[in-house]
Formats: sequence, structure tokens, C-alpha cells
Amino acid sequence: MKFLDDIGGYLIMIRHAFSRPEKTAMYSKETFRQMVDIGIGSLSIVAIISTFIGAVTAVQFSYQLKSIGLVPMWWMGSIVRKGLILELAPTITSLLLAGKVGSNIATELGSMRISEQIDAYEIMGVNTRSYLVGPKILAAVVVVPMLIVMAVALGILGGWAGGVLGHFFTTAEYVRGLQDNMKNWDVTVMFIKCVFFAFIIASIPCYKGYNVSGGALEIGRASTQAVVLTSIMLVIVNFFIAFFLLGE
Amino acid sequence: MIEIKNIKKSFGEQQVLKGISAVFKEGKCNLIIGKSGSGKTVTLKTMVGLVEPDEGEVVYDGRSFTKMNFKERKFIRREIGMLFQGGALFDSMTVEDNIRFPLDMFTGMTLAEKTEQVNICLKRVNMVNTNKKYPGELSGGMKKRVGIARAIVLNPKYLFCDEPNSGLDPKTSLVIDELIQHITEEYQMTTVINTHDMNSVMGIGDHVVFLHEGYKYWEGNREEIMQITEGELFDFIFASDFLKNLRRNAKV
Repeated sequence: MKFLDDIGGYLIMIRHAFSRPEKTAMYSKETFRQMVDIGIGSLSIVAIISTFIGAVTAVQFSYQLKSIGLVPMWWMGSIVRKGLILELAPTITSLLLAGKVGSNIATELGSMRISEQIDAYEIMGVNTRSYLVGPKILAAVVVVPMLIVMAVALGILGGWAGGVLGHFFTTAEYVRGLQDNMKNWDVTVMFIKCVFFAFIIASIPCYKGYNVSGGALEIGRASTQAVVLTSIMLVIVNFFIAFFLLGE
Repeated sequence: MIEIKNIKKSFGEQQVLKGISAVFKEGKCNLIIGKSGSGKTVTLKTMVGLVEPDEGEVVYDGRSFTKMNFKERKFIRREIGMLFQGGALFDSMTVEDNIRFPLDMFTGMTLAEKTEQVNICLKRVNMVNTNKKYPGELSGGMKKRVGIARAIVLNPKYLFCDEPNSGLDPKTSLVIDELIQHITEEYQMTTVINTHDMNSVMGIGDHVVFLHEGYKYWEGNREEIMQITEGELFDFIFASDFLKNLRRNAKV
């Protein structure tokens, strides 16, 4: 029953989140503030993790392919590129953002609920779901794909550094692989994943944070639940997108 | 004037409000008092629409707030100012931004006009030169004063205060009470204050409603309260044996 309540509550929140704003300028300002929080605030961690993910992918795949000995090493560029575009960059970046951005959103809204700041907005006549939730989702849908594109670029760079420094392949071999058999559809699938993931990363923590009741303990609990639920939803949605868009 | 008619509210099995009716007059400080759990906060939240009543009606100057939808309520909400227990200032905004927020959201004033209005409100609550401070840099009393400034920035017709003196020392409490009283008289607002501070009752209680176990138990003013010698209200006002004896001896 609680599960159905939550689904209903979540859908109602989403509907209100995109209702007509009271004053467009205020909503735009809030959306840009959220973009800075989500985007700039996550740049360094996404950069570090994606670079090393690319590097470790190149090193470990090269190690395995070398031991088999039948596959040319220039394939590594193609393997790293495809892996990053289709899976590693969108999924790992999103899981990372689920932890960082998701817990931030749930804690922020939870604290606002407990300290009656949300009530204060309501009393003024502000549609709180529209003003507090809408800009967060919109900002995530704009900024998360940008972060994921950056993650792909840095991952490819990391893959090159890892492979070349480890003497698994040369720069020329890697570049040849990167250019080989490039499909636009892979990039389209990546962007589809980005949009779905961004929506999940912002909306589930918003729901959890917005509906906190009690005290500080409940804020922590809501934050944890938000991260866990978001992560689970990410991997499930990831599977279905891959299944329907890449399956034969 | 605000009228509440036969308000009932339950949370699960527990009925918190059991049919409360009262009239809160314009230009007066109307106090709702009662023990913890008597239904004061739920009554106040029902009046401002944060809690929906199961039965009954809230009427603002002849306009039934309860029967309105979200959009219709917006117009009445713009006539309402509210001071919350902890101030409820927006953490991420400066004092100036907090007070200016309703102006930004609901008026077409220029920045200069808004800044002027913010400064008038800050001056009114004796908080000049705090424009750029953040809520985290303010004391409890200062937060309440900024909360009052934000509540009156749109010149509301109705002011609600939830436990305005909680967490404040007696002297600061008096300052806040006097400020609320002066603002009420100056703007001729209908002010409803939820409190269990007896100093407030004796100081600014133009009209007092005493709630007990979800019912309205007593209604009157601060002079009439002093005539009470027994019953639940007497136990509430003179909570300790020391005070009870003091009151009885004074009567003798």
C-alpha cells in the first residue's frame, strides 16, 4: 500500500513540478542556480573518476587481449570508445551523481521541510513543488548530459594515457581504433540514457526530501533512501534502454 | 476578521480538533493558548491552509478559504504574513533577499523600490544594516525580527505567529511581543498568535482563546483571565503550586 502511495505521490509531484510558474524570471534564476550547483559542483569528481575509468578499461582490456594474442591492439581504441559511450560514462557518472547530487537534493529539501521553510513558501502562495522541484529536474536534464559528454572525452583521454604509458599500444593504434566503425546510433542511445538518468537523479531525491516528516534522523534516512532507490532505478532503466534500443 | 466554524481534524485514530469555532478580530492581538497537544498548532495550520480540516470552515472577511481551490487561495495567501517558530528564513539567502522574496515573486516593483521597501521593514523591526547577513549569522531574536519583517513586507491584512517567543529570553520575548502589538495596531491587521507564554497573554492578549483537549474551553481577554480561580484554565495559567497559592492569597 505504501508503495502505491509513493508512486501516486511521486506522479502528482511531477505533474505539479511542471505546472505554470508564478513568475518566469524567478524560476529561471532558480534553474540557473541549480545548474551551477549540480554542474560546476560535480565537475572535478566526474573528471577524476571518468579519466581513471577510461585508463583502467584500456589497461585491463589490453592485458586480457594481449594474453589471448589473436586480437590486434588497435581495437583498444574502439573498445574504450564504445564502452564509455554506451555504458561506462552514462552509468558510472549517473551512479556517482545519484550519491552526490541525490543526497544533496534530499537533504536540502528535507531540511527545508523540517525547518518550515517549505511551509513559509506555501503561506506566501508559492507553488512549492513547481518552484523547488521543477528547476532541480530541469537543471539536471540540461547539465547531466553535459557532464556525461565530458566524462566520455576524459575517459577516452584516460584510456590513451593508460594504454600508452603501459606500453600496450601506440597513439596511432589507439586513434585508428577510435575512428573505426563509429556509429551515430551509439551516441543517440547515450543521450537517451542521459536524459532518463538525469530525470531519475533529480526527481527521486526531490520526492524523498520534500516528503520528510520528523527530525534530523529522518532527513538522514530520506537521503540514504533517495540514493539507494535512485541507484536501483538507474540500473533497471539502464537495462531496459539497452534492451529495447540495442537488442536485435 | 477571521472566523473559524466548527473545525474538526483527525490524524489517523486521534481526533485533535473536536469542533472549534471562534472569531478573531481586526486590529487586535488574538491569542490561542493551551497545553502542548491541545490543538493550537493544528488550529493555526488549518487557518492558513497548511492542514486541511475534516469538517468546518475558515472564513477571511466573508470569503470561505476552505472552499477555495489552490489558485483561488493564492489571492488570500498574498494577504497573509506568517512568523514561524524558528523564523523559517531561507538559509541560502541573505536577510535582504529573504525579505525581498515576496516582492520579487508577486510584484512588478523595480529593484530600487523593492530595496526601499525592504529597508523600511528592517527599520520597523530595528534591524537596520543587517541586509547582507545570512540567517546563520543571526541570534534567535534577530531571526524572529527578520521573520516579522518578511511577514509584513507585502502589507498583509492577516498576521499569524506560531510560538513567537519560543527559545527566547524573557526580555527579548517582551520586545517581540511589543513589536507584534505595535505592528498590529499600526497596520490594523488581524493577528493570531499561538503561544503558551503567559507574559504574552498578560501583555498583548486583547482576545484569548483557550483550547483544551481539542475543544475551545474558554474565550475572553487578559483582564477576564485574571478573574479565573479554578478549572483547567486556572491550572494552565498558574501551573505551579507556588503560583496558585500566590493567586489565591492575592484574592484574599
